[in-house]
Amino acid sequence: MSHKHFRMIGLGVLWSLLIILVAACAAPASAPQPAQSGASTKPIVIGFTASQTGKLNVESKKQIQGMQLWLDDVKKAGGIKLADGTMVMPDIKFYDDESTTERVQALYTKLINEDNVDFLISPYSSGLAKAAAVVSEQNGKVMLTTGAADDATMEQGFKSTYQLYTPASRYLAGAVDLLGQMDPALKKIAIVHEKDSFSTSVANAANEYAKSKGYDVVLFEGYDTGTTDFSPFINKITAASPDAIMGGGHFQDGTTLAKQLYEKQVPVKFVALLVAPPEPKFVEIGDAANGIIGPSQWEPLVKYSPESASAANLPWYGPTVANFVSAYKAKYNEDPSYHAAGGYAAGLLLQKAIEDSGSLDAAKVQAALDKMDLLTFYGHVKFSTDAKTHGKQDAHSMVYMQWQKGADGKFVSQIVFPPEAKSADAQLRK
Amino acid sequence: MNLEALLASGIDGLMLGFVYGIAAMGLTLIFGVMRVINLAHGPIIALGMFSVYLLTNQLGLNPYLAIPITVLLGLAFGMVMYFVAVNRVINEPELTTLLATFAVSLIIIGLGTVAFTTTPRALDVNLGALRSGQITVLGTKAVAVLIAILVAAGLYALLYRTRVGKSIRAVANNRSAAEIMGINTRGILAFSFGLGTALAATAGGLIATLFAFTILSGGTFELKSFVIVVLGGLGNPTGALVGGILLGLLEGVFTIFIPVGWVPVIEYVIFVLILLVRPNGLFGART
Repeated sequence: MSHKHFRMIGLGVLWSLLIILVAACAAPASAPQPAQSGASTKPIVIGFTASQTGKLNVESKKQIQGMQLWLDDVKKAGGIKLADGTMVMPDIKFYDDESTTERVQALYTKLINEDNVDFLISPYSSGLAKAAAVVSEQNGKVMLTTGAADDATMEQGFKSTYQLYTPASRYLAGAVDLLGQMDPALKKIAIVHEKDSFSTSVANAANEYAKSKGYDVVLFEGYDTGTTDFSPFINKITAASPDAIMGGGHFQDGTTLAKQLYEKQVPVKFVALLVAPPEPKFVEIGDAANGIIGPSQWEPLVKYSPESASAANLPWYGPTVANFVSAYKAKYNEDPSYHAAGGYAAGLLLQKAIEDSGSLDAAKVQAALDKMDLLTFYGHVKFSTDAKTHGKQDAHSMVYMQWQKGADGKFVSQIVFPPEAKSADAQLRK
Repeated sequence: MNLEALLASGIDGLMLGFVYGIAAMGLTLIFGVMRVINLAHGPIIALGMFSVYLLTNQLGLNPYLAIPITVLLGLAFGMVMYFVAVNRVINEPELTTLLATFAVSLIIIGLGTVAFTTTPRALDVNLGALRSGQITVLGTKAVAVLIAILVAAGLYALLYRTRVGKSIRAVANNRSAAEIMGINTRGILAFSFGLGTALAATAGGLIATLFAFTILSGGTFELKSFVIVVLGGLGNPTGALVGGILLGLLEGVFTIFIPVGWVPVIEYVIFVLILLVRPNGLFGART
């Protein structure tokens, strides 16, 4: 082998090392070590993956922040107290899944087999949660999914997977109802959606629901994930002259779509998009955000309370909405989004199930989750116990927010639907 | 068929096509001069986006003033990248240079993700718009087209009207002969590589004035650049510009006729067809 070849190989090794170094920097491993275990303290580990890199980074980060806050709260309280007096001290272990399903599958296998975690929480997004659920079901691990609303995933007769989010099929139904309430004369809807598993199932369900309510769906099309420019597509939407546009996908495409609808002055009265509008960062597009409606799993202004729980004859569990919001703000210096609330709720409900079952045994925790029917700051939670849809979310409902310009020219995210939860009246776009 | 929508989309696509063209020119120039396929092309486009973003948001520069600076930064980055990663493997088989540039790509993406995260960023540039019915010509897009034309003209002048350009063409034509004629081929290769990355960075800078982006956004434009380069003929900068405009136009027009999700499929079908039928591209030199 020539000297030159040696140099090249050396260079190759150097590069590989650099890449590994970069990968290591990009994927900080886990949270701090569990608190020192006392005599009757039992440590447990909750595992999941986070999309610290890749396209789901924004939403995933909020979800993890919510979970982290829950963990802080439990640690402050000294752990989860079981009926026999044992304190269970949870800790979390997570890896960066780079927003890809391949990584999710490999890492959940690792979490289960190598790290021996006790319970699992899903990654953010329907696609990734689906990949994780396959692994957790195979290994009989209890997993709470949050940030995952896909219907199909939860209709496979799973045994130990529990869904926190309102399923996708119910995401835009309320928007259709709201449109009807605001102006019954508006009948033409264009449904445009990102072609991923979550947005497609939302769009399909919305399409059926709108038609069943007598709406004319003038355009129904999916666009590619990663679309950067919507200009030509918007011309096509405009040509179909809809009164309302519903759909979207995730943060980046939804934001661009809203921005370009504004730039092109598309004369629609009503725009409801998935995922992006409830994010506080959405308002950075300025006036383009005005009037945009978004379905949300949860908003800081929701009115769930111990009183509403007793009125509905449900038990209440966990912090109040106000306590959660102020604790989150104090820790992260921003308003919690629904992703964050979902992250906290995942930890909270797992905690409740462990408490109720008085055990760390998977079967007993599962039985407690099956029985669960309660109200928390996150809303009403109850899982389906039907064999086919076992674990699917049955009770939680969406709220709809709209960006509205206040008298001071600042944008406020108001809840506009359903009527019992609203903080302001919905406005039609001009 | 709605003619107005078709016209509006044609114009939208055409304007974006100029930016595609600039990006593709960078890729094809490097290949034409040194037979290196730069797999770090996409990440460099993304670096161009961040360069304009940071110069505008951190130093308070006008984004259009940030673009010439980005051109220079792109040139410098490319020359450094050439000496660090490409020069020592320039005479190796193409797979080696491919791997070398791929490694650079991974490094940029890795470091970029750590530094900038993948949170979408956007520049708030508003230059108004010309409107007529459904047709909207955004000021930002019009300026992007103008800059793209200036850059393309500048490159043409450099290649065909200057001594350095003559040397670049000589090196592209026959590196050994150029060397015998006393041309500093190493310097010329580095400069050409820098020119290619400067074009990529410029395209990125222009894209940043139009759309939201992340450090991963270059990937889409890198893929499009490959389609365009094949469309216009490998190693042919003028062909790349025309190919870019053509691709933009096709994207705009196809969107009106077929479900929008199918547009990328059509794009890659065209890519494969051209490889099969005219491997030297629509405007490529016949061999």
